[in-house]
Amino acid sequence: MSDVLAVADHRRGDLRDVSYEIITAGRELADETGGDLHLAVISGTVDDFADKLNREGVDTIHTVDHGEEFNHDVYAQVVTQLYDEIAPQYVLTPNSVNGLDYAPAIANELDLPVVTDTVDLEADGETLVATREMYGGKVETTTQLEGDGVVTIRGAEWPAAEGTGNAAIEAFDANIDEDAVGSTVTGFEEVGGGDVDISEADLLVSVGRGIEEEENLEMIRELADALDATLSSSRPIVDNGWLPKNRQVGQSGKVVTPDVYIAIGISGAVQHVAGMKGSDTIVAINTDPNAPIMDIADYAIVDDLFDVVPELIDEFQ
Amino acid sequence: MKILVTVKEVATVEDEFEIEGTEIAEQYLGADLNEWDDYAIEEAVQLQEDGIADEVVAVTIGPEDCEQTIRQALAKGADRAVRVWDDALEDVDLLDVNAKTEILSAVIEAEEPDLVLSGVQAGDDSFGATGVSVAEQLGFQWGAVVNHLEHDLEDGIASVRRELEGGVEELTDIDLPAVLTIQTGINEPRYASLRGIRQAQRKELDVQTLADIGVDESEIETELELTDMYEPESESDATVWEGSADETAAELGELLRDKGVAQ
Repeated sequence: MSDVLAVADHRRGDLRDVSYEIITAGRELADETGGDLHLAVISGTVDDFADKLNREGVDTIHTVDHGEEFNHDVYAQVVTQLYDEIAPQYVLTPNSVNGLDYAPAIANELDLPVVTDTVDLEADGETLVATREMYGGKVETTTQLEGDGVVTIRGAEWPAAEGTGNAAIEAFDANIDEDAVGSTVTGFEEVGGGDVDISEADLLVSVGRGIEEEENLEMIRELADALDATLSSSRPIVDNGWLPKNRQVGQSGKVVTPDVYIAIGISGAVQHVAGMKGSDTIVAINTDPNAPIMDIADYAIVDDLFDVVPELIDEFQ
Repeated sequence: MKILVTVKEVATVEDEFEIEGTEIAEQYLGADLNEWDDYAIEEAVQLQEDGIADEVVAVTIGPEDCEQTIRQALAKGADRAVRVWDDALEDVDLLDVNAKTEILSAVIEAEEPDLVLSGVQAGDDSFGATGVSVAEQLGFQWGAVVNHLEHDLEDGIASVRRELEGGVEELTDIDLPAVLTIQTGINEPRYASLRGIRQAQRKELDVQTLADIGVDESEIETELELTDMYEPESESDATVWEGSADETAAELGELLRDKGVAQ
């Protein structure tokens, strides 16, 4: 009961980055528990995936060739069966949208506690200490877990595993009960197409919740016009229907890497930062000096956007 | 069709705050209806307005203090509410996913809805796991992070879109009964009307203890313990421009010209 079972994430034929990161997280844990790291690769071109995932640190890769794409019922059945066979101490899954679609189910089925969205893990063989955020990133907390558990890890918190491994690659003979599969994926759709591609812009003027009212958006449009910049936003602006989806920067929107990114009234939630941290220069305009956006900003104006933006428009008109 | 919506009153925190032990000091805390749940309520109410749902029931776990927040769900159109609380829950530091699953599943079993809508996550502890866990417990189907639901639901199937990362949506058909976790942006939550707020005061809000719903205290014990809370260390090495708005705007203007991205 000291092994670690990690599960890879893939979509439409490609492994997602977190699949390599979960090897690193899983190896670190397995070193602390003194066990092996097992990696499950479920559905899709599993043999090809297994070759790619055979990096340093993995002891065994279990492949399950069943269907093309993610299905939570298939994943839940396979992972619980692997759990019964391997009897690991911890099950690790990505805290991705798909990870959150099966990890809680296997935890409940196996009667294990679940800790989600962890950013750091420490174990000593008996106790696991998981670091995670609360209140939208305002605080970090540690949660202690005695015994076995299911843990989901946030993407981009662990480095990707590298090198060439010498894992045993084994086809796992899972017994999939098709009658228990109650959902069917009928397709995928790319959203956010349309008139503008914000990922192509050199200068982005990006607006967030701090703008408060839809009519205030006009001021930001004026600024974008004055600077000849492209207008983008964080999630709440799109959720409110004030800007179309193709303007959204972040995990569920677009990843952007402009020369300069001006974040106006954006607090910098982790999902937003994931979409813009690759910008060459980041400028934040925010009243809150402790907002997470300040952690990645190169330049900051700690002031009211309603005072600063009109001045900036004047500068360039 | 009967729809049940799980609702949570979440703690909100001011920009400046202090931490006492593993909690944020009380004077910096506020309370609000969980943002994700607001969208779940709206979706349920719209299904009712479209003639698909006959009844919408809101369910919450929380002390009497949170009734104000739960009445918001009634004011927006839910027909009645169930609030579960118990002395045994007063002393629980961390009501984890398993405990919430036990409680909500017991209520759902008694209510027998066709569809359960819950928020993707709660804005305070952000576990994002309860909806799927509840579905597994009940033998319901489920879908996590749903940002579109067809208002059709014929033949016992919910056609949904799940919001994956990177601007990709997954189109999925899910058998009913099911639990869907609702993502922000799926609709535009309404503000409660004055009439709605008045009506909400007269709507049924049933308070139940653990014994009432048939959950034993031992089932809400957790193997998790919150052991520390702290402010993340600022990693900021930003150059902060000081001065009045026209001065800081001028600094930014100079930077933009230097970088050659604006004239």
